[in-house]
Amino acid sequence: MPYALCFLLLMIGLYCAVTKKNMIKIVIGIMVMEYAVNLFLIMLGYRLGGIAPIVEKGDLESGAEQIAASFLSASVDPLPQALVLTAIVISLGSLALMISICIRTYEKYGTFDITQIRRLKG
Amino acid sequence: MKGMTIIVKTISSWVKVLIFLFGIYIILFGHLTPGGGFAGGVILASSYVLLMLAFGRKFAEENLSLPVASKLDCVGALLFAAVALVGLFYGAASFFWNFIHQEYLVGTDYEFNLVSAGTIPLSNIAIGLKVGASLFLVILVLSIFRPDMSGNEKE
Amino acid sequence: MSVPLPAFVAVPLVTAFLLPIFGKKGKAVATFLANLATISLLVLAVSSIGQSGVYEIGKWSIPLGINLVLDGLSSLLLLAISVVSTAAMLFSTRYMEQYTAKAKYLSLFMLMVAGMNGVVLSGDIFNLFVFLEIASIASYALVGFGCEHEELEASFKYMVMGSIGSIFVLFAVALVYGNTGSLNMAYISKAIQSSGLNAGLTFALALFIAGFGLKAALVPFHAWLPDAHPSAPAPISAMLSGVIIKSLGVYALARVLFNVFGITIQTGWILIVLGLLSMIAGAFLAIGQWDFKRLLAYSSISQLGYVILGIGLGGLIIASEANVAWASLAILGGLFHLVNHAVYKSLLFLTSGSVQMSTGTRQMKQMGGLAEKMPVTRATCTIASASIAGIPPFSGFWSKLILVIAAIQAHLYWVAAIIVFVSLCTLIMYLKVQRYVFLGELPESLKEIKENRGSMLIAMIFLACLCVLMGLLLVPGLRFNILEPAVKVLMDGVSYSANIIGM
Repeated sequence: MPYALCFLLLMIGLYCAVTKKNMIKIVIGIMVMEYAVNLFLIMLGYRLGGIAPIVEKGDLESGAEQIAASFLSASVDPLPQALVLTAIVISLGSLALMISICIRTYEKYGTFDITQIRRLKG
Repeated sequence: MKGMTIIVKTISSWVKVLIFLFGIYIILFGHLTPGGGFAGGVILASSYVLLMLAFGRKFAEENLSLPVASKLDCVGALLFAAVALVGLFYGAASFFWNFIHQEYLVGTDYEFNLVSAGTIPLSNIAIGLKVGASLFLVILVLSIFRPDMSGNEKE
Repeated sequence: MSVPLPAFVAVPLVTAFLLPIFGKKGKAVATFLANLATISLLVLAVSSIGQSGVYEIGKWSIPLGINLVLDGLSSLLLLAISVVSTAAMLFSTRYMEQYTAKAKYLSLFMLMVAGMNGVVLSGDIFNLFVFLEIASIASYALVGFGCEHEELEASFKYMVMGSIGSIFVLFAVALVYGNTGSLNMAYISKAIQSSGLNAGLTFALALFIAGFGLKAALVPFHAWLPDAHPSAPAPISAMLSGVIIKSLGVYALARVLFNVFGITIQTGWILIVLGLLSMIAGAFLAIGQWDFKRLLAYSSISQLGYVILGIGLGGLIIASEANVAWASLAILGGLFHLVNHAVYKSLLFLTSGSVQMSTGTRQMKQMGGLAEKMPVTRATCTIASASIAGIPPFSGFWSKLILVIAAIQAHLYWVAAIIVFVSLCTLIMYLKVQRYVFLGELPESLKEIKENRGSMLIAMIFLACLCVLMGLLLVPGLRFNILEPAVKVLMDGVSYSANIIGM
């Protein structure tokens, strides 16, 4: 059920990116889509009542095998968290590039409205 | 970009050092607690952004100017590549091999301390340097470029 | 194996970060280093023909760590990428003098090459996504490099559509991880074979086709390409049209559909229909264009339709368990057309850049009679146009003939008829280019132009020679080493996983 809500958020972002006329609103739509995918990835690894996947020195006292079993049965999945870190960095780079293109376009055309930025046709 | 009032300037000149220190803490303990290179680098960049907001862009630019930030960025990336490549030259080892952990500091004595886990803290430091420098560079460049409506640009 | 695989990614990355240190004073040193890097990549790619292997990064064994895989399809694409990037880098030493900030251009170019090499070599599906994004973001920045009106608009349009495609791919990767529990392509393939496709995995397959189709400019998703390719500087247009839409789009689609999910009759038909739509729409829209580079961009859409049609036809024949020899012929036609198109479309874009640098315009109505002023450009453009239109001794004819024979053998006669008809349309559009640009009357304003010199000519002549020699790829000696291993990888399909895990 939460997965379907994530997909709904993705669709809302897609609707915003496709139908709006202001360039900044299109960029915001793309960012909403990115947030939806990151949220989906984190929810994949979640386990109800799980602990954070960090092992400390105190846990090692009782020997490696026992902590492995109790850790595995209680912690959330750390791999999607690493994937989300990478995806956030990538979307940061992409957002910086999009904003600088918007600024330059505003300087050249004088407007943010994409229906008036249509020199390329055919 | 102008600066702000005297209260903001005074407080932020104390607080920015704390933010910088916190960023270094997050980078250095990246293999033990959450955080690591990227999050620490963002915090480092935000201390310089605080400087820019409180004192004005020109002051921050004299502190860490555009060519210096650009070169720090490249040095950080090259350091990361160097750490990865050194693993290639240890006998039959491969790229990114954790040579410190496997060859030099072996044993459970060396786990869960600050100096442990081999090449991971070195990679974290390189990434933190690069991310901090490049985020500051992005915000600096976006604030330099301020076109008027008449078409002139303030550089 | 003798060639360390991370070198393909590490050499361009290190060069990309080394170049901005030189700044404005050391522009000559920076250009020399960049050319050295692309030539060394070409040498490495040629020396890795015929080898295959798995390289585990950090010596972490396979389901725990990331691995790089070199097999026949990867080495074919690595060869294509390095040839086109060497030629484009040689061309841009002279061409980019008319732009400022050359060191940043060179480092973005190197990042794009590093990203493409990473996509082709990756054995892990999230690693493929990360390198896809590196190459895409570098190409968004390069399309808008000149910062004029049209370039910024084209770059914004390309960027929005490309980002939406990448987000679809990431969502599909997340769905695949959720359903199979692993990110390594060999392990995912094993899990899908043993458990079959459920609703989540079918949805992930649809999202993969949409996302990679956006990157490859297949017809419902092609709207960015006719704006982005003409506005980019000429060597970047050559790279975009020659290798990026192939390695980020077609290679990734083929890898995921054939080796990971396993090809079925429905996916084979989807590929065939998309290929046919691209061929027809691209050809019709190209004939009416008067802008030189925009015509070339629409013709790219049409030619890429041939490649997807060949691969889809082969997949359909494999999935319906008919005669396997015809499937390998269809895939051979598709992959050979991919390599051909990389070489001659990039040569065409480089000649259009040379024409633009001399005459200052891209509109064919303002040109004419350039044949006597620019002889080398005219000769190379004629060779490339003859190849792409499919005139017999050149290589384009052979790849189209193989596709027609494969379509007839699969009893899809209407597909073969459409292939022949679109080839006729391609011939018409290139005759139009030759007539309006090179033959005819020289207009008054262009009486003083001269031929371009130096590295631009070397790059064009290098690609033209390759164009002529490509017909020799069907000679049995070269075919067994270069094309057959690539075909075998796609024919093996899901036994890719047995090869990787067994190594």
